[in-house]
Amino acid sequence: MLDTENTPLVSVRDLKMHFPIHAGLLRRRVGEVKAVDGVSFDVIEGETLGLVGESGCGKSTCGRAVLRLYDITSGEITIDGDEIGDTSQAALRTKRPAMQMVFQDPQASLNPRMTVEAIIKEPLDEHTKLSELEKREKVGELMDAVGLNRQFAKRYPQAFSGGQRQRIGIARALALNPKFIVCDEPIAALDVSIQAQVVNLLEDLQEQFGLTYLFISHDLSMVRHIATRVAVMYLGKIVELAPREALYAEPLHPYTKALLSAVPDPDPSLAKASNRIVLQGDVPSPANPPKGCNFCTRCPSVMDICKTTEPTYFEVQPGRFTACHLYENNNDTAE
Amino acid sequence: MPDGALPVLDVQNLKTVFQTRSGEVHAVNDVSFSLRPGELLGVVGESGSGKSVTMMSLLGLLPTPPADVRGGTVMFDDKDLLNVNAKTLRDVRGGKIGFVFQDPMTSLNPVYNVGMQIMEPLRKHMGMNKKQAAARAQELLELVGIPDAKRRLADYPHQFSGGMRQRVMIAIALACDPQVLIADEPTTALDVTIQAQILELMKDLRAKLGMAVIWITHDLGVIAGIADRVMVMYGGQVVEHAPVDVLFSDPQHPYTRALLKTIPTITGERAARLTVIEGQPPIMKDAPASCAFRDRCDVAFNRCAVENPPRYDLGAGHDAACFYDARTGEPRDA
Ligand SMILES: Nc1ncnc2c1ncn2[C@@H]1O[C@H](COP(=O)(O)OP(=O)(O)OP(=O)(O)O)[C@@H](O)[C@H]1O
Ligand SMILES: Nc1ncnc2c1ncn2[C@@H]1O[C@H](COP(=O)(O)OP(=O)(O)O)[C@@H](O)[C@H]1O
Ligand code: SF4
Ligand code: SF4
Ligand SMILES: [Mg+2]
Ligand SMILES: [Mg+2]
Repeated sequence: MLDTENTPLVSVRDLKMHFPIHAGLLRRRVGEVKAVDGVSFDVIEGETLGLVGESGCGKSTCGRAVLRLYDITSGEITIDGDEIGDTSQAALRTKRPAMQMVFQDPQASLNPRMTVEAIIKEPLDEHTKLSELEKREKVGELMDAVGLNRQFAKRYPQAFSGGQRQRIGIARALALNPKFIVCDEPIAALDVSIQAQVVNLLEDLQEQFGLTYLFISHDLSMVRHIATRVAVMYLGKIVELAPREALYAEPLHPYTKALLSAVPDPDPSLAKASNRIVLQGDVPSPANPPKGCNFCTRCPSVMDICKTTEPTYFEVQPGRFTACHLYENNNDTAE
Repeated sequence: MPDGALPVLDVQNLKTVFQTRSGEVHAVNDVSFSLRPGELLGVVGESGSGKSVTMMSLLGLLPTPPADVRGGTVMFDDKDLLNVNAKTLRDVRGGKIGFVFQDPMTSLNPVYNVGMQIMEPLRKHMGMNKKQAAARAQELLELVGIPDAKRRLADYPHQFSGGMRQRVMIAIALACDPQVLIADEPTTALDVTIQAQILELMKDLRAKLGMAVIWITHDLGVIAGIADRVMVMYGGQVVEHAPVDVLFSDPQHPYTRALLKTIPTITGERAARLTVIEGQPPIMKDAPASCAFRDRCDVAFNRCAVENPPRYDLGAGHDAACFYDARTGEPRDA
């Protein structure tokens, strides 16, 4: 199977999330957006799996689908031993506490009419039978854990800065002692100096509570810092997945190479000397992906076979996965 | 570019205040800088540090009220742009000074096709007739690398991708052969691979057209790749200013030093833990009477609380606004 050595807490196989496109007066179904189109990966207990890729490639949809915030098109999702791919939303309710999400926009994800205390307490109201006093104490502990002053419990989210609001969102996600947290661009809306504060907090909490993260981001530098392993998505598919060091030192897939080479390096001597791969054109629409390999319209190494046949996703080296025809010749021994 | 060359744009002691219901916001405090012909000046700083308001002030683009440009001079073309009539300013804007803003969707008008929007400044500032303007518009779209330019002139903004819309904005800014291009976070909303396209385009265009550029960003990586000189802003002030390689190799202001340590990279050593600048950026409710970075500075001392540091000249085009001398580890002379 995919990961042999460590126990996966989360296991995803051939996950698809297609959204219907309706058009015309009768709102007839005329097609579908293949936002996530057959992805497979494991998240090992205690690790941070980074999920990177450009806007619209399906990162958020993937994260939300794994938590079953959608009814998925197809695929298997196992979290902590439970297969939840086709569990009904009603039956999922009891499993929700173990899996939580932290969102990009700390402003939009917090109800402006609720106090900080009420926001953090809400999941406790819904899912536990704690007394009011116990809940208040728990909220206080959570505020301590994320570095918010308890004295601010009665304030409203608007009174806080972006970084503090993200701490409120994190405290709320922690309320039910989850094992698995999907962090969807948790720092994208924050200033550089505040990003580091939040990332350090997430790392501390991971250690303290033994959390497992799926960390979604388009910031490849920050993912290099926080992730144990990294998955790269392009147009609804994972094109490469590898341990952090290997991925950054020696990317295999042509898209990963281009993506890493596009990241500006904050070192003038490196930046000016770099022979950057500049991809031409834009990402195709997920409603109308190209035939063959999804990356064939922009790939600098494209071959004839790429335009007709989709490459399979396989373990090209121990622990390293990719989907590209360039690597398929030595496929025989790998699987 | 020779150091002695006369600046194309020279800003001195610019000061802009907003009147808000909860009092004044001192967004730009005594900002001075100059731009030499052909160079690219990078401006970095966190959100709210005054980058945009500085540029909007000198172009006269801020609504007054609430904005009040209280002082300073902006010399361009032998004129003080803060002291010219509205018509002269309109002629300069979009003519000899082109500008591009962060969000190309709100900057392009959705109801006009792209051709019309590129032709407008050509007809207004260059006195071209329709036919001349159409030909030039096509040329400009080709210049910024939009394939099938002639046909695409008839397309509307929503028919272009984010990266292409930003190219269109650059085409409009370049329409009248500006001497100065001001670009305010032109790639912040774009993906890295598209950003890389725009940065390459910018390098080409500068080589071809030789204009001077002010490039605002909060991304130090972008600055490292394209700037000649860099100005770091904090709390509405310039806190450090240096040639790009000096800023990265020998930063002197505690804020710049901390910022450079905070950002992770995809090359180089991976820190086990990120360095953090504790606290929040300031909200400038008054004109600064102390150092704006004081609450977050790990070398602050008494003087920083009672006086606002001026920009100390450190030689070789480098200056920093700080009472502490990072080279000696001592306070600077009083
Ligand atoms: N509810 C929906 N209905 C239809 N299409 C959708 C829906 N949600 C997402 N999509 C589409 O699915 C694709 C993937 O979207 P998704 O939000 O997962 O991207 P992302 O990788 O998170 O991008 P970003 O970096 O911009 O957040 C996009 O083309 C998007 O427009
Ligand atoms: N219309 C406005 N009314 C009141 N304050 C404003 C207005 N526009 C900007 N400001 C304030 O001016 C300061 C500088 O803002 P800005 O130049 O936009 O920052 P930057 O571009 O560096 O992110 C901030 O404190 C901001 O809140
Ligand atoms: S399969 Fe072909 S087109 Fe796709 S990434 Fe590999 S070489 Fe490029
Ligand atoms: S003037 Fe003082 S507080 Fe300000 S940056 Fe320098 S040492 Fe720090
Ligand atoms: Mg997203
Ligand atoms: Mg701005």
